[in-house]
Amino acid sequence: MSILNFLRRRTATASVAKERLQIIISHERSQRNTPDYLPKLQEEILAVIAKYIPIDREKVTVNLERMGGSAVLELNVTMPEESIA
Amino acid sequence: MSKIIVVTSGKGGVGKTTSSAAISSGLAMRGHKTVVIDFDIGLRNLDIIMGCERRVVYDFINVINGEASLKQALIKDKRLPQLFILPASQTRDKDALTMEGVEKVLNELSKEFEFIICDSPAGIETGAMMAMHFADEAIIVTNPEVSSVRDSDRILGILASKTKRAIEGGSPIVEHLLLTRYDGDRVAKGEMLSVEDVKDILAIPLIGIIPESKAVLKASNTGTPVVLDENSDAGSAYQDAIARFLGEDRPMRFIHAERKGILRRLFGRTKEEQPA
Repeated sequence: MSILNFLRRRTATASVAKERLQIIISHERSQRNTPDYLPKLQEEILAVIAKYIPIDREKVTVNLERMGGSAVLELNVTMPEESIA
Repeated sequence: MSKIIVVTSGKGGVGKTTSSAAISSGLAMRGHKTVVIDFDIGLRNLDIIMGCERRVVYDFINVINGEASLKQALIKDKRLPQLFILPASQTRDKDALTMEGVEKVLNELSKEFEFIICDSPAGIETGAMMAMHFADEAIIVTNPEVSSVRDSDRILGILASKTKRAIEGGSPIVEHLLLTRYDGDRVAKGEMLSVEDVKDILAIPLIGIIPESKAVLKASNTGTPVVLDENSDAGSAYQDAIARFLGEDRPMRFIHAERKGILRRLFGRTKEEQPA
């Protein structure tokens, strides 16, 4: 049976499917309740920052978190090393 | 008290119309007065699955626009006296599906029917949103496949935020997962997401597993809801799902691959391949 199991594991793609789904769905759920203006807001804030500092757009995250009655807008920008010096 | 049930999925081709036809027929078989409405304006297909395509005179849009009465548009099923069909319009007048119009029709239907089944179109456009909007319960039809599961999750998000119950802050829509085109054999081989996998991801209660079955195509070929083919695997799986929907306790079937005897393995003739 061990050979069979070995062969089986090589063709077992369902676990890959489950893992991929868990990642993408948790990402999409986290964005589910964010307001529609968030992507545009992110773009505009970034444009302003980019005017002064060369930033890598990949290294920016914008998050809106609800805590009880209030919401926290969190902007995370990784500054390039040269700009700090 | 009448109940509005939406059959939805996001993704196309997963079995919404097949399931709407089966579930509404199954409810009517059990004596519940049921109407099934096609919300797929411009691409009507519930009529052909139900086998009443040649009896359509007026449709849902005609009723909304006041061009026909509900009584004129409803098609009485020839097999089940408790079942009625409200077909979609085949002209592409999608904007005619207004919130007020749909609400008016649903209100009128709820005076007469115990169950109102809304067969949603694929996607998240007007037709799909309208089918979901007034629902009390939702049946999420999902295939054990990545795109279908992802779309189902998206639909769950919309049900929880954009529907009447969500907006008005009533009790949330009751959600049911209906897993269709399930192949226990492939699951055992690790080639297909299992029931548990899909349940883990979507986190809603399971109402039924419909196995991948030749009976479904056979049923649609002849315009007979598959649930009427009581000896078929898919037909009995729908029967189980309907019983559970009505609160009965039925063990899940078709989860695991059917154990094949050595002769079957060698000669590979399965039950559904035998001539009827």
